[in-house]
Amino acid sequence: MDLSIGTEYEAFREEVRSFIRGNLTDDIREAGRLATSVFAEPSRAIAWQKILHKQGWAAPHWPEQYGGTGWDIVQRSIFSEECLKANAPPLIPMSLLMCGPCIIGYGTDEQKAEYLPRILSGEDFWCQGYSEPGAGSDLASLQTFAESDGDDYVVNGTKIWTTYAQYSNKMFCLVRTSREGKPQQGITFLLLDMDTPGITVEPIIGIDQVHEQNTVFFDNVRVPKANRIGKENDGWTVAKYLLMFERGGQEYAPSLYFQLANIKKLAEGVIVGGETLWDNGFFKRKYCEIEIEISGLAFTENRIKSALGNGQNPGPEASMTKILGTEISQRVTELAIEAVGEYGVPLQVDAIEPGSSIDGVGPKEAMAIMPKYLNTRATSIYGGSNEVQRGIIAKAVLGL
Amino acid sequence: MDFSLSEEQQMLKDSAAKWVKKECQFEQRRKIMHTKEGYSDAQWKQFAELGWLCVPFSEQYGGIGGSMVDVMVLLEELGKGLMVEPWLSTVILGGRLVELQGSEQQKQEILPSLCEGGIKMALAYNEIGARQQVENIAMTGELSGDDYVLNGKKTVVLSAEAADQLLVVARTSGKPGDSAGLTVFVVDPSQQGVTLSGYPTMDGYRAADIEFDQVRVPPSAILGQTHTAYESLEQVLMEAIITVGADAVGTMELLYQTTVEYSKTRKQFGTPIGKFQVLQHRMVDMFMHYEQSKSVLLMAVLHYVEGFDEVNKSISGLKVQIGKAGRKIGQEAVQLHGGMGMTDELDVGYYFKRLTCIDALFGNVDHHLSKYAEMV
Ligand SMILES: Cc1cc2nc3c(=O)[nH]c(=O)nc-3n(C[C@H](O)[C@H](O)[C@H](O)COP(=O)(O)OP(=O)(O)OC[C@H]3O[C@@H](n4cnc5c(N)ncnc54)[C@H](O)[C@@H]3O)c2cc1C
Ligand SMILES: Cc1cc2nc3c(=O)[nH]c(=O)nc-3n(C[C@H](O)[C@H](O)[C@H](O)COP(=O)(O)OP(=O)(O)OC[C@H]3O[C@@H](n4cnc5c(N)ncnc54)[C@H](O)[C@@H]3O)c2cc1C
Repeated sequence: MDLSIGTEYEAFREEVRSFIRGNLTDDIREAGRLATSVFAEPSRAIAWQKILHKQGWAAPHWPEQYGGTGWDIVQRSIFSEECLKANAPPLIPMSLLMCGPCIIGYGTDEQKAEYLPRILSGEDFWCQGYSEPGAGSDLASLQTFAESDGDDYVVNGTKIWTTYAQYSNKMFCLVRTSREGKPQQGITFLLLDMDTPGITVEPIIGIDQVHEQNTVFFDNVRVPKANRIGKENDGWTVAKYLLMFERGGQEYAPSLYFQLANIKKLAEGVIVGGETLWDNGFFKRKYCEIEIEISGLAFTENRIKSALGNGQNPGPEASMTKILGTEISQRVTELAIEAVGEYGVPLQVDAIEPGSSIDGVGPKEAMAIMPKYLNTRATSIYGGSNEVQRGIIAKAVLGL
Repeated sequence: MDFSLSEEQQMLKDSAAKWVKKECQFEQRRKIMHTKEGYSDAQWKQFAELGWLCVPFSEQYGGIGGSMVDVMVLLEELGKGLMVEPWLSTVILGGRLVELQGSEQQKQEILPSLCEGGIKMALAYNEIGARQQVENIAMTGELSGDDYVLNGKKTVVLSAEAADQLLVVARTSGKPGDSAGLTVFVVDPSQQGVTLSGYPTMDGYRAADIEFDQVRVPPSAILGQTHTAYESLEQVLMEAIITVGADAVGTMELLYQTTVEYSKTRKQFGTPIGKFQVLQHRMVDMFMHYEQSKSVLLMAVLHYVEGFDEVNKSISGLKVQIGKAGRKIGQEAVQLHGGMGMTDELDVGYYFKRLTCIDALFGNVDHHLSKYAEMV
């Protein structure tokens, strides 16, 4: 057993740091600082991705032959840590974290050549069309139907909760191609262009008054069969592979440490009756409890990493880190709203738009706190709700 | 011991419940929230006609001589309607402060008109760094000739834009941290030197930051006596906590019931999600958190109206209970609604935000736990 990460990484860390220092503009940094969900303001997130791409760093977790960096697990952690510390916005996950790995895993050579470079460069913006009004947790019951018609499918149905469909030119989605057998068996994985005739996108306004999600309607939408990933009726295999990445592909602890440290700064600045909030025992106790939980998660994540080695597929352990990561992050945001007190109350979505010239109410660093708290409630709902994740662990790990 | 409602209280409850059913359809509420005023004047008139503005005032000032028990009964129902009218600011924070602190003449001038829906008020007390603690107020009211000159900034003043009169708390002697030396001034918001910047709140109300720059007011603007407002303010804030406590309890009742109903109709895996035992138990817990909150509210109200020695403790206990239970119930309601709970389309999100904001106002859980800890 060995905890040290070795001095050979110091040079690497310095390289990353100096690159970020030299290339991350204030404008883009602001999008990171003000991000209230895992989805940062898209134009700035893409701008950052393009900068990284020029350096060859847009997708560190991809295999090298497709544009990955070839970094080992420690280097990847160092890279994300430095990005976080610098307030770089998170890259849009749908393209790089979800769609890309799927095409790498199941796409044909032609598909890889066509899509992967455009994902890396940020030219294509992907959205995820899985959920439907009647198919949320029970994803396999999805009903959007793709009728075979010569070289094409003709798609009809409705997708819902599609994050950032309004910015996307591409969608990867699950459609039904057969109603025979088990519901999982009749599903196919398709890629499509959002400007195909017959697609309509309608906004869903969120609890924080921000427009992230959409409903997408399909009315006789023609999609070439060449856009299918994997075999017909075998989309569930692809989808499950992707969901595993969605759940376990990310490390939660580094970002949680970072968010918690920001709360400390916030609390040190809040003076109530001559005493800082940081000196308040009730507050500090919660802070410490959360920090201990994060340290546990950090080592759980390290254990998983160390067991899996490089590039392997995370198993049901992914469910555990998803539950812990999201629930701890919810507690972090709870502590944050407690720190800002009544400054959480004003509704000021416009003031937290990156680049906004609106002054807003209360200290600048407090403004994004309440929207972030509200938005973070979604993390235990999407990507397979935490109830569903607990169900997976009960079955797959505990054998119940 | 008898916790049953009197005939009048039952009528008050029924009329409020009926009004909420009829006038507070969510779609309509949401539209009202997004208007510039943020509430409906027509509905405010109905409040006056229904006698809801005069509940806590004594009869000689146009009130019905009700108590905080009556306020509780009314607000539990109005809470279910996601009230956005300036009731709390006008009746409790404004009117009750006038009744407790004002001179006889001021009470006669203000309260009967307030009860009829004529005057709306807001209490400008909180400041940056004061964290809603009255004794931390730093804004100054300095004697200059016969007049007073007000200088300072107030923040997150509830329903300030709706107010015809602002009650402004300033320091006429002493320094921040002292409970003595605080004076309340009745200020016309359109007066020179008063700059009001309004904004919507997360939960559908409106609030404002207000700047006072060399605002000159005559001695007649002083509510009652100089330097002595602390105790009245503390008492009014207790009543405010009871008010938001009742609002919160009504909101919690509605949220757990809405969630139970939703779980009966939303189907996944071929069955209503309410059949999953994990979700059943979570809803049972929501229900129990609501019941506990209702009990603590009742305790605090009765301790308050009966002048119980340890009433401060009970009021802090109430704020802690509704803060914790409100968070739990709000979060669970969202979680059990899945994606729908995260949208602006369902009322669930608004109730969740209301409960979240209630905790942030008048001292949050930790604040009142600290206070409570000093009293045990
Ligand atoms: C902010 C946000 C972004 C999203 N982005 C996308 C996107 O880009 N693309 C996309 O396809 N989808 C997206 N989703 C949809 C998301 O994946 C679904 O919301 C999720 O799968 C839950 O489905 P549902 O909302 O229909 O809730 P339901 O499935 O109706 O669940 C309601 C409640 O019942 C519980 N429940 C359901 N089944 C069980 C069970 N068997 N046992 C115990 N409890 C159960 C759930 O945990 C939940 O608490 C997004 C959702 C949100 C909130
Ligand atoms: C100190 C003590 C004194 C007792 N005294 C008496 C006595 O005087 N007379 C007498 O007759 N009995 C007595 N009992 C027995 C007691 O009533 C049983 O222990 C009890 O009914 C639970 O049954 P069990 O122990 O078989 O556990 P089980 O029924 O096997 O339960 C095991 C676990 O499963 C859970 N569980 C079971 N069914 C469900 C379900 N449908 N949904 C969710 N969870 C479930 C339980 O909650 C428990 O956690 C006593 C027990 C104790 C511990």
